[in-house]
Amino acid sequence: MSHENSAPAAGPTGAMVAFENATKRFGGTKGEPAFTALDGVDLTVPRGAITGIIGRSGAGKSTLIRLVNGLEKASSGRVVVDGVEVGALGETGLRDLRRQVGMIFQHFNLLSSRTAFDNIALPLEIAGMDRKAIRDRVAPLVDLVGLGDKAGRYPAELSGGQKQRIGIARALATEPKLLLSDEATSALDPETTQSILKLLKDINRDLGLTVLLITHEMEVVKTIASQVAVIDKGKIVENGRTFDVFTAPKHETTQSLLAVAIGAKLPEWIRTDLKPVPAPGDRALVRLVFFGETAFQPLTARLVAEIGPDVNILAGAIDEIAGEPFGSLVVSYAADPQTLERARSFFQQTRLTTEVLGYGA
Amino acid sequence: MAPDMLFSLLWKALLQTVHMVAVAGVIGSLIGLPIGIFLATSGRGELFPAPTVNKIVGAIVNATRSTPFIILVVAIIPFTRLVTGTSIGTAAAIVPLTIATIPFVARLAESAIREVDKGLIEAARAMGATPLQIVFKVLLAEAKPGLTLALTLTLVSLVGYSAMVGAVGGGGLGDLGIRYGYQRFMPEVMFAVVVVLIVLVQAIQTSGDMLARRFDKKARKN
Repeated sequence: MSHENSAPAAGPTGAMVAFENATKRFGGTKGEPAFTALDGVDLTVPRGAITGIIGRSGAGKSTLIRLVNGLEKASSGRVVVDGVEVGALGETGLRDLRRQVGMIFQHFNLLSSRTAFDNIALPLEIAGMDRKAIRDRVAPLVDLVGLGDKAGRYPAELSGGQKQRIGIARALATEPKLLLSDEATSALDPETTQSILKLLKDINRDLGLTVLLITHEMEVVKTIASQVAVIDKGKIVENGRTFDVFTAPKHETTQSLLAVAIGAKLPEWIRTDLKPVPAPGDRALVRLVFFGETAFQPLTARLVAEIGPDVNILAGAIDEIAGEPFGSLVVSYAADPQTLERARSFFQQTRLTTEVLGYGA
Repeated sequence: MAPDMLFSLLWKALLQTVHMVAVAGVIGSLIGLPIGIFLATSGRGELFPAPTVNKIVGAIVNATRSTPFIILVVAIIPFTRLVTGTSIGTAAAIVPLTIATIPFVARLAESAIREVDKGLIEAARAMGATPLQIVFKVLLAEAKPGLTLALTLTLVSLVGYSAMVGAVGGGGLGDLGIRYGYQRFMPEVMFAVVVVLIVLVQAIQTSGDMLARRFDKKARKN
């Protein structure tokens, strides 16, 4: 299993989106210092896949996704969408591009004055399609997103999940080749989030639509994105297959984002008492991650046999990332030199991925 | 005063008021609304960025709005004469009323349009909409309830302003009240004028509210 930071291989026709050293600065006029939102981003978004970009608020992910449809222009570098350089397009070219790139939003951005049906029809009206053709296009979309009986309702009469379904149908109306999702589930409850993610996954599979989504929720990436890029302070710090990145996170941003979302969780009171170096008599707390071949070994028994009867299991979980199972276990054992050495060699033998969380009494 | 004479005076004055308010309201709105749209969309980084022109137009609008109406009426008499050929009478009164309506509508329309969620503009841009499509399909459509209330407020204010154009012989209800009720000590005329004005304003406000409510799809109506 490769843990390289290399971009996923592009299909025979090239990547759907390629960022080449894309940089975006805001301000910088009238003597104020410029704010660098994106700092030399290199990233490719493969065709037909769901790619997630994850980062904290202010990391630059909103700016990144807006470079794709030209809502923001790169200060330097290039953004290429399906072979077309976005920065080189004029107003007319940009409008053509935007009709081939759908976008959905955190707050749905539906017109309150239009019914669900008419909201979905809006991009088609904008494209100058006639009434009859619009009706023929919109009706199946209403069904596709599962809102058959709600077509005549106004957004105020619908739930958040239903509104996002309209948003998705609207984004699909012009039959785009790429769908951009800007925190599309961040305003929804967990259950609705899952149903919207399932819808996106179905659309990706059934229509072969490339999806690029940004989110601050690991859960979202974990559930549907086969590719992931982690962004921090305007830079891509890690990217690759979601399963690879999430099971062996290298960058601290990835690790801390993952700590809240994936696998075994420790109670807060244990977490806060952890120290970075052991004091005499302390115990080491270690997270073990097992997947692939290690997932099928009788691990706990061997753990006790190899490290000693003193091993304690604090937390454990079986999880799934982009459809692949993996397990994680948090164990503790005495932090004396002999035990630590036995543990180290055991982990090396079994090639378990481990992470020392800290030391505590 | 004999009731039938009072009624005939009131009726004539009401028609003059309605005439002035309607003409000034329609012309003033037709000019004020585009200015309001311009003010709401021409700031830095907006749909039709022209920050300098925006500031200049904004300053003119403020200047007109801060001039007391009665002074405006007198100050623009030469212009009024140029437009209508006379400086007295109902037609002449419509000119200052219209001039006062334009910046009033412009500012109210601007704020109604600015109320529209910026996310909708972004969504429309992401669909490939032109700035003009955004104005007509998004901004005006979404601001319709707010614009309706703005125009209602304009008409109500116009009824009040129209009471002052008696100064240039414009006639109307306000003028009737001042000349008969106040200068000739006829309290029954004054009372009748006030009652008619109240009914008129109520009628305008109620129909405006009803219309705005019908346009507003934001509230759940279950």
